[in-house]
Amino acid sequence: MPVRSPSTYDILRDHGVDRRTFLDYCVKLTACMGLTAAATPTVVKALETKPRIPVLWLHGLECTCCSESFIRSAHPIAQDIILNMVSLDYDETLQAAAGEQCEEIRRKVMKDYKGQYLLAVEGNAPTKDGGMYCTVGGNSFLNILKETAVDAKAIVAWGSCASHGCVQNAKPNPTGAEPVKKIITDKPIVNVPGCPPIADVMTGVLANILTFDRLPELDRVGRPTMFYGQRIHDKCYRRPFFDAGQFVETWDDEGARKGWCLYKMGCRGPSTYNSCATMKWNDGVSFPIGSGHGCIGCSEANFWDNGPLYERLSGIPVPGIDSTPDAVGKTLAVITGVGITAHAAYQTIRTKHGPDPKNS
Amino acid sequence: MSTRVVVDPVTRIEGHLRVEAMLNGSNVIENAMSSGTMWRGLEVILKGRDPREAWAFCERICGVCTTVHALASVRSVENALGITVPKNADLIRNIMFLTQMVQDHVVHFYHLHALDWVDIVSALKADPVATSALAQKVSPHWGLASEGYYRDTAATIKKFVDSGQLGIFQNAYWGHPAYKLPPEANLMAVAHYLEALKWQKEVVKIHTVFGGKNPHPNYIVGGMASAINLEGDGVINIERLNLVGSLINQAADIIENLYIPDLLAIASFYPEWTKYGGGLGNYLVYGDIPQNGISDVSKFRFPRGAILNKNLNEVLPVDPADLGQIQEEIAHSWYKYPGGQTGLHPWEGVTEANYTGPQAPYKQLDENAAYSWLKAPRWKGNAMEVGPLSRMLVGYASGKTEFKEVVGAALGKLKVGPEALFSTLGRTAARGLEAQLCVHWLKQEFDNLIANLKAGDTNTANTVNWKPETWKAESKGLGFTEAPRGALCHWIHIKDQKIENYQIVVPSTWNASPRDSKGQHGAYESALIGTPMADPKRPVEILRTIHSFDPCLACASHVIGPDGERLAEVIVR
Repeated sequence: MPVRSPSTYDILRDHGVDRRTFLDYCVKLTACMGLTAAATPTVVKALETKPRIPVLWLHGLECTCCSESFIRSAHPIAQDIILNMVSLDYDETLQAAAGEQCEEIRRKVMKDYKGQYLLAVEGNAPTKDGGMYCTVGGNSFLNILKETAVDAKAIVAWGSCASHGCVQNAKPNPTGAEPVKKIITDKPIVNVPGCPPIADVMTGVLANILTFDRLPELDRVGRPTMFYGQRIHDKCYRRPFFDAGQFVETWDDEGARKGWCLYKMGCRGPSTYNSCATMKWNDGVSFPIGSGHGCIGCSEANFWDNGPLYERLSGIPVPGIDSTPDAVGKTLAVITGVGITAHAAYQTIRTKHGPDPKNS
Repeated sequence: MSTRVVVDPVTRIEGHLRVEAMLNGSNVIENAMSSGTMWRGLEVILKGRDPREAWAFCERICGVCTTVHALASVRSVENALGITVPKNADLIRNIMFLTQMVQDHVVHFYHLHALDWVDIVSALKADPVATSALAQKVSPHWGLASEGYYRDTAATIKKFVDSGQLGIFQNAYWGHPAYKLPPEANLMAVAHYLEALKWQKEVVKIHTVFGGKNPHPNYIVGGMASAINLEGDGVINIERLNLVGSLINQAADIIENLYIPDLLAIASFYPEWTKYGGGLGNYLVYGDIPQNGISDVSKFRFPRGAILNKNLNEVLPVDPADLGQIQEEIAHSWYKYPGGQTGLHPWEGVTEANYTGPQAPYKQLDENAAYSWLKAPRWKGNAMEVGPLSRMLVGYASGKTEFKEVVGAALGKLKVGPEALFSTLGRTAARGLEAQLCVHWLKQEFDNLIANLKAGDTNTANTVNWKPETWKAESKGLGFTEAPRGALCHWIHIKDQKIENYQIVVPSTWNASPRDSKGQHGAYESALIGTPMADPKRPVEILRTIHSFDPCLACASHVIGPDGERLAEVIVR
């Protein structure tokens, strides 16, 4: 059993982080979570007093890009925060123990922290043929996922594999790979899609859960609205070129060299909800469109099967070609409106009937 | 009396690997099995799709060695369609390749492998003053080595241990007799574990500049999408290039002043590990880092070739397009071949999944039956090792000056001969030396890019054959590279503008392969045999040798062929 559980602030102080830096971090974290400055004191208080929550991080059928993204967390002290704010008790990619010693830890945390640990899932479970397409310690990942979920406080489904299915779930899905939500139906699940998700989105989601002791507000597909509430297209720095009808027509043409819109090269920005255009990748260095390639829509469900990557999206009128900017605006408003309505309906249902993480 | 030691999951790797080792009465490993325990079926998913988007699917084979599958994939399509990419595209790809190599090797050493040699708990006993003195002696040019720095690091570890929540460090093998470092060396290594963790997220920004993100940056068939305009805004311009240049300098500092000194210091405490873990003694390299286009194999920085039976006097020619050279066998794999064939070249690859292992949960696998989701690739019938050691040996045996220099310098410092390379420690050292070569080349490739831009060439893509209407009705191609873990090749067959067949043989399929039809062990299995274990219940020695290969099982076990009856049953949703 744990001797005692220092708070995040205790840990940071012991790391030589002074209070000024700590408060500065809290301000940035608050902003990062999409909250107003007024919420900063809540964040400060939470990080000062909350003990470290045990996290069991399972790996199923996946490529480990989520773990790799996670360790790229760019915020000055976010890496320290996450390594110390949570107690990452089980994670095959990083943990020192192997084999039986490693499985022992999982069972011990499930027992000692019944109902208190967070279950993080990277990858998904093959469901065909008894789940034998992915085994750990001689047991199927399918069994392990079910077993570990039973006493979890909540589940964080990292990346598109765990959230939607991703590449192994693409047609014809030879192993019957299914996302977490299809297998675990009685636990609150936060879906954090993306292939991988942006590092700071991952740490932001965790920080949000730990700070407020509840799951963030989720949209109709279980994604945190703070990071998945906006379409890439709406925040893209190349949007003015879309509106002006200036497009890249082929790779490395004049438009490409002038940073024009990539819509006609198949960009999925108009149908993808993610923070890439605002938070950007790897400490804000760039994002796919910023480096000349269209968005492939990697955080959307079934994106691998949503048509050829290099064909432009149908159904979105293009200025200067198919219609006027006004018509585009109307179309987009309708599309967005549908999303908002569906989202509102989902939230209502969720509030009435959804599991409350605080009591689960 | 024989003891069977099972390690599953093997942690600090990518993917899912199981190892079973059979020990004799003196606790020496006398036989071993390596089993890949996951399978995703990427190749069948690719069938019927647009070849131009295959890179995106393939890149998702692995997020640790991200980019390498994308690179091999676009090369395979370009090879099939006869597309030559512009010089800048080759240079940018080389820069991204080398960035991956450097980042991946450092992360492997500090975050996946170091804990096999470094005892974190012992670090608590270290004297910060003595550690500072040690660190300055080991690496005089590394800035963070003061007494205060080590006092803070020691305090951090103490608080962490005292909290009772050891996180990823709990229930491990601390205090195991196989750990030999003095407390000060352990403390220094732990401090550098944290430094390397901070740095690894920096160097990948090079991928972000040219590919938009990391992991999984973007590629295109025909070149690179990152258009260059030295007078432009929001594209690749001098500000972006400056960022890349400064990240390369930072990487060179980490390799020269952190990784290499730490590697040599730690290695010097484990001389006995130059005797264990050698394994097959057969090494295979496809070669990479083109200096005159991918078709001119003679101008690669990593030379191509094979070495058999540790014979450094002869480098044998290799051709991945030769149907007689590379065959995949399935005698001990969970697959079936029609007509009882034993091996097939990837261009003729046929696979039918056929799980015959025990149902979960199971205690052990049977080495006399099928026991892995990996096939057993063989080169001219030989089991081969691929990876940094193979590349360093082929470079060395080919007489390349750069390879001779770095290998010679390291052997001199450790006071051992070239035969020490055929070992667990040799494999780990080779990876470090390779990183040293790569960061040097990274700087050169970047300088070459700048020089080419200065000369007025800013082209990044060849789009003549971008449109499928311009393609032949049918074509075949292959795309190879040297991934951080070794030789990688993708074989593609395009028909009527779609993927007819796609086959991939990856580094960890070579290294982690099960036995073949002749009973020959794979590289991991062979390397484990002969190693003594101090305490079979705590398998540090097994982890050392397996980790020295840097296993990547998501890569290794993606495989399924395009034909096979089973696939006909799959219902498209």
